[in-house]
Amino acid sequence: MFENFMAWIDKRLPVTDAWNKHLAQYPAPKNFNFWYFFGSLAMLVLVNQILTGIWLTMNYEPSGDGAFASIEYIMRDVDYGWLLRYMHSTGASAFFVVVYLHMFRGLIYGSYQKPRELLWIFGMLIFLVLMAEAFMGYLLPWGNMSYWGAQVIISLFGAIPVVGEDLATWIKGDYVISGATLNRFFALHVIALPLVLVVLVFLHILALHEVGSNNPEGTDIKKPKGSVKEEDKSKFEFHEAYTKKYDIVDAVPFHPYYSVKDIMGVAGFLILFCWVMFFHPEGGGYFIEAPNFEPANGLKTPEHIAPVWYFGPFYTILRVVPDKLLGTLAMFAAIGVLFALPWFDRSTVKSFRFRSKLHLFNIVQFAICFIALGILGTLPASDLANLIGRIASLGYFGFFVAIWFYSKNEKTKPVPERVTK
Amino acid sequence: MKKFVLVLLATLMPALAMAAGPSVPVDPAGNDLADKESLKRGFRSYINYCLACHQLQYQRYNRTFADLGIDEKDGKENWMYTGEKVGDHITNTMPAKEAANWFGAAPPDLTLETRFRSPDWVYTYLRSFYVDEARPFGVNNTVFKDVGMPHVLQNLQGTRTLDANGNLTKAVGGSMTEAEYDAFVRDLTNFLEYVSEPNKLERKSLGYWVIGFLVVFFILSYFLKKEYWKDVH
Amino acid sequence: MSNTPVNNGRRRFLTAATSVVGGVGVVGVAVPFIGSWNPSARAKAAGAPVEVNVSKLEPGQLVRAEWRGKPVYVVRRTEKNVAELSNHEDQLRDPNSEEPQQPEYTVNQHRSIKPEIMVALGVCTHLGCAPTYRKGDFEEVVEGVTDGFFCPCHGSKFDMAGRVFQGVPAPTNLAVPEHSFPSDDILLIGVSPGEA
Repeated sequence: MFENFMAWIDKRLPVTDAWNKHLAQYPAPKNFNFWYFFGSLAMLVLVNQILTGIWLTMNYEPSGDGAFASIEYIMRDVDYGWLLRYMHSTGASAFFVVVYLHMFRGLIYGSYQKPRELLWIFGMLIFLVLMAEAFMGYLLPWGNMSYWGAQVIISLFGAIPVVGEDLATWIKGDYVISGATLNRFFALHVIALPLVLVVLVFLHILALHEVGSNNPEGTDIKKPKGSVKEEDKSKFEFHEAYTKKYDIVDAVPFHPYYSVKDIMGVAGFLILFCWVMFFHPEGGGYFIEAPNFEPANGLKTPEHIAPVWYFGPFYTILRVVPDKLLGTLAMFAAIGVLFALPWFDRSTVKSFRFRSKLHLFNIVQFAICFIALGILGTLPASDLANLIGRIASLGYFGFFVAIWFYSKNEKTKPVPERVTK
Repeated sequence: MKKFVLVLLATLMPALAMAAGPSVPVDPAGNDLADKESLKRGFRSYINYCLACHQLQYQRYNRTFADLGIDEKDGKENWMYTGEKVGDHITNTMPAKEAANWFGAAPPDLTLETRFRSPDWVYTYLRSFYVDEARPFGVNNTVFKDVGMPHVLQNLQGTRTLDANGNLTKAVGGSMTEAEYDAFVRDLTNFLEYVSEPNKLERKSLGYWVIGFLVVFFILSYFLKKEYWKDVH
Repeated sequence: MSNTPVNNGRRRFLTAATSVVGGVGVVGVAVPFIGSWNPSARAKAAGAPVEVNVSKLEPGQLVRAEWRGKPVYVVRRTEKNVAELSNHEDQLRDPNSEEPQQPEYTVNQHRSIKPEIMVALGVCTHLGCAPTYRKGDFEEVVEGVTDGFFCPCHGSKFDMAGRVFQGVPAPTNLAVPEHSFPSDDILLIGVSPGEA
């Protein structure tokens, strides 16, 4: 019965073939470690955001007069509305947690290097759209921090010479942030950007499956056809799209081996996620900031305007440059250099495990600087904070400059032919 | 690599510890949302002393009755005075515009005040009024400088002044002792914390169940993963 | 070599157990999504029971109350109305209220708790128009019946108990909402007798 049905479908749409090609017979290196959970977790959070987001729009009112009250309506009057809202607000921060860790994984294991440059660029585009999505979503509760956070970010566009002020007004659709701004942000947040995001995620995965997954050792599990002895090949059966051109070694089919492993990862992640959501939904004032419990008020600035934590690093880079235009440029450059990372790194060895001590040091200082920038972004500006921020900004950009110089003739260890563990 | 993760965590910790707290030192309120008698006393005080100026415009009477264990009939007869329906929000009839003239700013809605300020802040604020003839209502506040609100609880607490060092003196002339007044304010703060998030207790109790369930699921999935990976190792 | 390795008992058990527990989890996650579609506290507050003081209602007079966004007709029937209810039963489609258009406690000839007080939704069971109360001139549409309700949209006719006449488009009698009398003068629409 089921076989007949699937046969009927497969004649018209290659469902079974796609299942095999991308899951049941997709060769994944057998040595994925902890860092490899975050891709599937990002997928999980995306689904969570889309579902809870759709449900929130059922009761949310996108208007300057009604938005704040409609959030409280969701929190109090709608059955389980509070849960859906906390799933969404906690999910927003969780999204950035897993995406940052996912990106860091790519960084340390060289997953951006040839032939995965396009894969990396799709990932970076996802990150960029995600930031826009989060920024616009943060305005929607129409709390006072929503309002002033948007005020600060939109006025960045005012830094652009000649057209800046007009551009900022055009984005707002008013002379101040108003219901008009809220409505267009709502439209982009719930329709346009999620669509773009889903398409990009699709392309990201297609590109991944075209070039194959990297692994912590950076070895290639696809060997030239005929170069591997029969007993050395992976004992599993893989889709002919891969075996036609290559001999596959040290790989397992994604399903069931990584599907059961990812389910375990999902369960572990959800324990942490639910702990935050049920017991600390404000995330200590970082996930939902206290001034957002007061309605937007254009005449009353919160004592200390801080962006949500995930914008912290870029916000600090903006803030420590003592010139508005240059600061804005530096902020966008900080994201821009990430796009170009595959070309800054000229090494052919991927994983830090087989690269120089200098490279390890560079990664560590980059991570420390990034975190320091993030922390500073949530703190009030001071002379000391600015000084540390400038040093950390130098460290951030220095990573890219340094890697360009030392990676050309870097002293690396030999990369094993096969996965060693 | 493990060392590196540790370094990361160590760098993160101070950030987490520095959660955005209030800038003035405050006393711990010691609220207990499960104490329904305290919540009822706080609700009563709110109706008597606060509601005339401060609305709870997002909170409904019948929700409050249900959560505080007040029978709806009792609630209608003894807790509502303005002839509203039990499904209505807890509001007053003060016109916002005139109120702004009287006080300099319209008295804010207090539904979310304890989430905005923190319960400890509210607890401390209500106990920190002192005599300051320079202010329109003759009082100022150490927690909220130049606040536009009169000390409506002065008959209960009595008056405090600032000594030469800028510290608050003990209250004199109130109908309550210091301990009684603190308990009174604690009940009120407790009620306000409840109002700011009526689902808080439900949220936490559901949380225990969900996490317990997930732990079971995690253990099962761990063994399932180990079982399958026997094929590989 | 196959990708589906030996399906030993332990593996089958763990797969089944994880699937079942995971399935329970999915059902659990569905609860808030489904639950949030229930009427909210706002809807419930708007749909709260409505009180009507019937002490001032003159015989033959109709008042409209709004309950859950629908008009409810409340009429104090004249003694003549009550007496005449049995006269035209052969012309009705459902004289004994067999269709479930009313709560159990109003399955009687007058389709209400008190014979003199009629309570019915003023919504024609054909396409939802509001039937007109034809007091004294109902004989123009049904011979021998002085009072009744006539729907101007498609000509459906109902008697003074909201029962539908034969040969009109409306299929059933007018719906009777739950109602009760907490005191003699007060009609409470939306609450059955004995409920809180």
